[in-house]
Amino acid sequence: MGKKLISMTVNGQTHEVAVEPRQLLIHTLREELGLTGSHIGCETSHCGACTVDFNGESVKSCTLLAVQADGADILTVEGLANDGVLHPVQEGFTEKHGLQCGFCTPGMMIRAYRLLQENPNPSEEEIRTGISGNLCRCTGYQNIVRAVQYAAEKLSAE
Amino acid sequence: MYPAKFDFHAPNSIEEVLSLLSEYGDDAKVLAGGHSLLPMMKMRFATPQHLIDLNRIDRLRGISQDGDTIVIGAMTTEKQIIASDVLAMHCPLLPEAAKQIADPQVRNRGTIGGDICHGDPANDQPAVTMAADATYVLQGPKGERSVHSSEFFLGSFYTAMEADEIMTSIRVPAAAGSSGSAYVKLKRKTGDWATAAAAVQLTLDGDRCSSVRIALTNVGATAIRVAAAEDALSGQVVDEALIDAAAQHAMDACDPTEDLRGDVEYKTKMAGEMTRRAIRQSLARARGQ
Ligand SMILES: Cc1cc2nc3c(=O)[nH]c(=O)nc-3n(C[C@H](O)[C@H](O)[C@H](O)COP(=O)(O)OP(=O)(O)OC[C@H]3O[C@@H](n4cnc5c(N)ncnc54)[C@H](O)[C@@H]3O)c2cc1C
Ligand code: FES
Ligand code: FES
Repeated sequence: MGKKLISMTVNGQTHEVAVEPRQLLIHTLREELGLTGSHIGCETSHCGACTVDFNGESVKSCTLLAVQADGADILTVEGLANDGVLHPVQEGFTEKHGLQCGFCTPGMMIRAYRLLQENPNPSEEEIRTGISGNLCRCTGYQNIVRAVQYAAEKLSAE
Repeated sequence: MYPAKFDFHAPNSIEEVLSLLSEYGDDAKVLAGGHSLLPMMKMRFATPQHLIDLNRIDRLRGISQDGDTIVIGAMTTEKQIIASDVLAMHCPLLPEAAKQIADPQVRNRGTIGGDICHGDPANDQPAVTMAADATYVLQGPKGERSVHSSEFFLGSFYTAMEADEIMTSIRVPAAAGSSGSAYVKLKRKTGDWATAAAAVQLTLDGDRCSSVRIALTNVGATAIRVAAAEDALSGQVVDEALIDAAAQHAMDACDPTEDLRGDVEYKTKMAGEMTRRAIRQSLARARGQ
């Protein structure tokens, strides 16, 4: 039950890490790589605070073993901005007050990022079902939906 | 929250999986999407010594056609089921149901095989595949065998699959003629398991219902196929009175337990109502409405 050496690309940078098989990806990201942007909420696959982009799909990183990420390409909230310029999704959350306490926000933004890749021009309902795996206890979702709409407009204008 | 310690195996072939299962027996578990198994391992409800990841075996994934049968690899994700043109055309019940399972992140990882093999009466695919007349293909050290969906579920978290077997595919007959289906699920919120749900698939011959299959989710120890309700509709011109009779049979077949989703009476009534709605919707679809 020794450690396994895995290699994964996170936010464009390749990392080699030795992980115990039972280590969950969220712990590797936070504790081994120091990427604490992705949060741990429920730890039971419900809240989506730990959402990361995994080989082009949104996943809950509390429900994936780090050993399963060997060879994976991962994007976390830390990788959204480009050279200090906020990604349109981040800009949307700022402009439209898409957060209050901010706990759900990294997961919410990384999910919104992928949602807009899959569906660049979503309706309000598609946004709501698209982020249904991410819980927010503060905002009532209204401004999160507006933030995603803002990002969709900005991205399609680019 | 960490699971208990285990050894991790990531084989590339079904043969390797079977030999690992033979070697480690009850100490081993296969890992599919992990969205039922990993939470259970974190809570120490499951403590396998050996975890065998199926994710590297491409042969277990994908949707294809074999004559009049649709073959769905056990490791096909709910997301792939929703996106499948073949299923949209030949078995729309499955994508309609998959859209109602969990949330986008869970559907990206969760597999149809895992949803079935878990044996959880709250899961949707058991009743849905029963209504779709599915057969499950299992492979073990003695070779391959098929078990019909109606005979697979023996109790809560207890199925006809042996510990040294895996499910390789789900075979579903392509819906033929004037057929219609529906999965109607009552849930408290998006992403929740069913309070009660009904899966219906039927075929019309003119005005008459020539064949019908009805199954219920989360109102008993397993998914429940309601033969009495099917008998009530078969060969008949289905009207509201017959739909009511079928719903009554569904309620009679229910044996739910009280929990946060409701008490026994409420869940039973809701199973009846979901059955009514699913039959009405299937009829309308079969008539092309
Ligand atoms: C927040 C949340 C909400 C959910 N909501 C729903 C819902 O509404 N409806 C629903 O149906 N499900 C729901 N689920 C469960 C989800 O669909 C799971 O993905 C599914 O139950 C298990 O599939 P899996 O691929 O993740 O399997 P795993 O969790 O990897 O495995 C489950 C079990 O099946 C066994 N197994 C898996 N594949 C095979 C195989 N090919 N051969 C033999 N054994 C196998 C494993 O050993 C394990 O015992 C939800 C899950 C979460 C976390
Ligand atoms: S911490 Fe992963 S879903 Fe809540
Ligand atoms: S902003 Fe507080 S949980 Fe979403």
